[in-house]
Amino acid sequence: MAKFNMNPTKNAMPTQDALVRARNFGEVALGYDEATAMDEALRCLNCKNMPCVSGCPVNIHIPEFISKIKEGDFEAAYQIIAKSSTLPAVCGRVCPQETQCEQLCVRGIKGEPVGIGRLERFVADWHNSHSDELPECAAPNGHKVAVVGSGPSGLTCAGDLAKLGYSVTVYEALHTAGGVLVYGIPEFRLPKAIVKKEVDTLEKMGVKLVTNVIIGKTLTVDELFDMGYEAVFIGSGAGLPNFMGIPGEGLKGVYSANEYLTRSNLMKAYLDNPETPIMKGGKVAVVGGGNVAMDAARTALRLGAEKVYIVYRRSMTELPARREEVEHAEEEGIEFRLLCNPIEILGYNNPDNPRDERNGSVQAIRCIRMELGEPDERGRRRPVEVAGSEFTLDVDAVIMAIGTSPNPLIKSTTEGLEVNRWGGIIVTEDGATTKAGVYAGGDAVTGAATVISAMGAGKVAAKAIDEYLKNK
Amino acid sequence: MYRIVYKKQLNPTVVMMDIEAPLVAKKAQAGQFIILRVDEEGERIPLTVAGYDRNAGTVKIIFQIVGATTKKLSEKQKGEYIQDFAGPLGVPTHLDGLENVCIVGGGVGCAIALPVAQALKEKGARVTSIIGFRSSDLVILEDEFRACSDELVVMTDDGSYGRQGNVTLPLKEMLAERKFDKVITIGPLIMMKFIVEAVRPTGIPCDVSMNPIMIDGTGMCGGCRLTLNVDGKRVTKFACVDGPDFNGYQVDFDEAMMRGGAYRSFERHAYEATCNLFKKGEN
Repeated sequence: MAKFNMNPTKNAMPTQDALVRARNFGEVALGYDEATAMDEALRCLNCKNMPCVSGCPVNIHIPEFISKIKEGDFEAAYQIIAKSSTLPAVCGRVCPQETQCEQLCVRGIKGEPVGIGRLERFVADWHNSHSDELPECAAPNGHKVAVVGSGPSGLTCAGDLAKLGYSVTVYEALHTAGGVLVYGIPEFRLPKAIVKKEVDTLEKMGVKLVTNVIIGKTLTVDELFDMGYEAVFIGSGAGLPNFMGIPGEGLKGVYSANEYLTRSNLMKAYLDNPETPIMKGGKVAVVGGGNVAMDAARTALRLGAEKVYIVYRRSMTELPARREEVEHAEEEGIEFRLLCNPIEILGYNNPDNPRDERNGSVQAIRCIRMELGEPDERGRRRPVEVAGSEFTLDVDAVIMAIGTSPNPLIKSTTEGLEVNRWGGIIVTEDGATTKAGVYAGGDAVTGAATVISAMGAGKVAAKAIDEYLKNK
Repeated sequence: MYRIVYKKQLNPTVVMMDIEAPLVAKKAQAGQFIILRVDEEGERIPLTVAGYDRNAGTVKIIFQIVGATTKKLSEKQKGEYIQDFAGPLGVPTHLDGLENVCIVGGGVGCAIALPVAQALKEKGARVTSIIGFRSSDLVILEDEFRACSDELVVMTDDGSYGRQGNVTLPLKEMLAERKFDKVITIGPLIMMKFIVEAVRPTGIPCDVSMNPIMIDGTGMCGGCRLTLNVDGKRVTKFACVDGPDFNGYQVDFDEAMMRGGAYRSFERHAYEATCNLFKKGEN
């Protein structure tokens, strides 16, 4: 075998030029080729204690799959990942590896860690373009499980149960499977064809997918049991968007990030002739500092905005989005207005003509400067308003990306399912809810979090459901 | 895919369809809505349930051709399919305990008011219906309303049928001499706003059915938000999960009307493009 590659830095990820990509919806990162992947794999020291594996929410056998890349056996590498992860092509793109597997990589002590995420993506993409081999599935065991929601937690739970031989049906409220992977995360970060491919693989493994069914409305959880399902996993995702409660949020041109991204991604408003409209061009302010805010801001830019601001009330240190996303956003020309908080959105009003179509449209956002005060209960320094520092930014649209509150539909129609005071479903360590046979995971439990943590929850619940049904 | 099992043109711009959707038909109640997409590239639009047949597994929709999507839907024939049909969504209209109700419907809103009137009649309530249209050729569902109403007043703006004037006129006369347990109004926002103002002095509860712009309709996007004035505070509500029915006294109608027009020029353009497409098909 070849020697180790002791280069202290990762092989660079080829990307589209910042100024070009800022005006198209093509993928930003282009992926490693075979030679680069094999060279990067040689940076892995194959540590015996495998610190990286413990940093992975779904415990992928990382050194094992990387060893297969070193050997050039990419399909074998894929099969190792597929044992632990249902959505490798997705995770290789959207996981925050820098705070998970890669953070614990020994190579990171003196230099950069191994590009584990980039290698995972390479392997998954190689498999998708070279192989139709399905992950290994046990013989059908005759037991039926229903999964509510086809986002990352639901798909993972469904995939793991299918591998164990269960007959799984996934119910999706929207017309397309994928949840936040299709309505939320934009094409330039996660092409929809990749999500579709992962969903197709699940269907080939025998998972049934039923769209246009809203559990809690079309069917209740109790009815699923009546239909013969022996366990139910709820992965219904985050719910209704939060607003700030400031004047002007009802104006034309004020969106929640959920609405803005859904219009662009799921309803394809980014295409030339979409049937679902979206406001394009002009100046846009995105309020918030998470990954969703970055996605909304970069989408606005690609839809033709001449200027996009991120308005965030804390400083760059506290900004919760992934560094990589922030860097990409900055390179593309998005302007960060940090330590600023909106206090009012101002609208156009033509006093001479009440029928003027521009009446009620966003014209500007009024903000106040903030400074950081004492740390709050989570240790983040609390932002405090600086008296008299109000200023106005001229904008044509405002996108609120300040989190979501849980969807009430399932809770309100499922007796015995308890939620906490924020509306999140209460679960035990293994995902069991307060209702027998019902498990839950993902944003429906935690509130807005990451794709991989939702996948981890789906995986834990699948294992618990398997044990529950075996002992029933 | 969902099959169109029945289609009828109610007036030049309003179409009725029965759609085969057994799961939705099994659960639907008056006041709820569905979301549909006509084809693979279509937008999602909400339509309030105009009726259902639980045995046949069909849901009745009645829609006015106002834009590209409703134009495309109207061109679909009996036996053809539409891409998506999901529901029932929203909270059903509260009917319990009501014994004497006035229903006020305007235009295509009458299609949504009808199942409410029918459900009330079935529960044994006294139903007074006032339905209004611009002119005689736009009158819909008169026979159906007559069958479930103890009293029916038909109004037209131009007087070409029934009584001349808008629906607030007979309502005000009625309110001057008798009481109702509740007034329920469904129609254009401007009409509902005036109905609410007509009822307000009497203190009789007045519910309105809101039909704002929606995308997913399931409690995710927040596009359908509206503002209520509750005890002097402005409160954001979502029509898809909190409504579509709201206490009319609390609704900020001016904001709702302004928001409803957010995409008017886009819609006009899309509608014209769709019409041209169908014209080309005919040549």
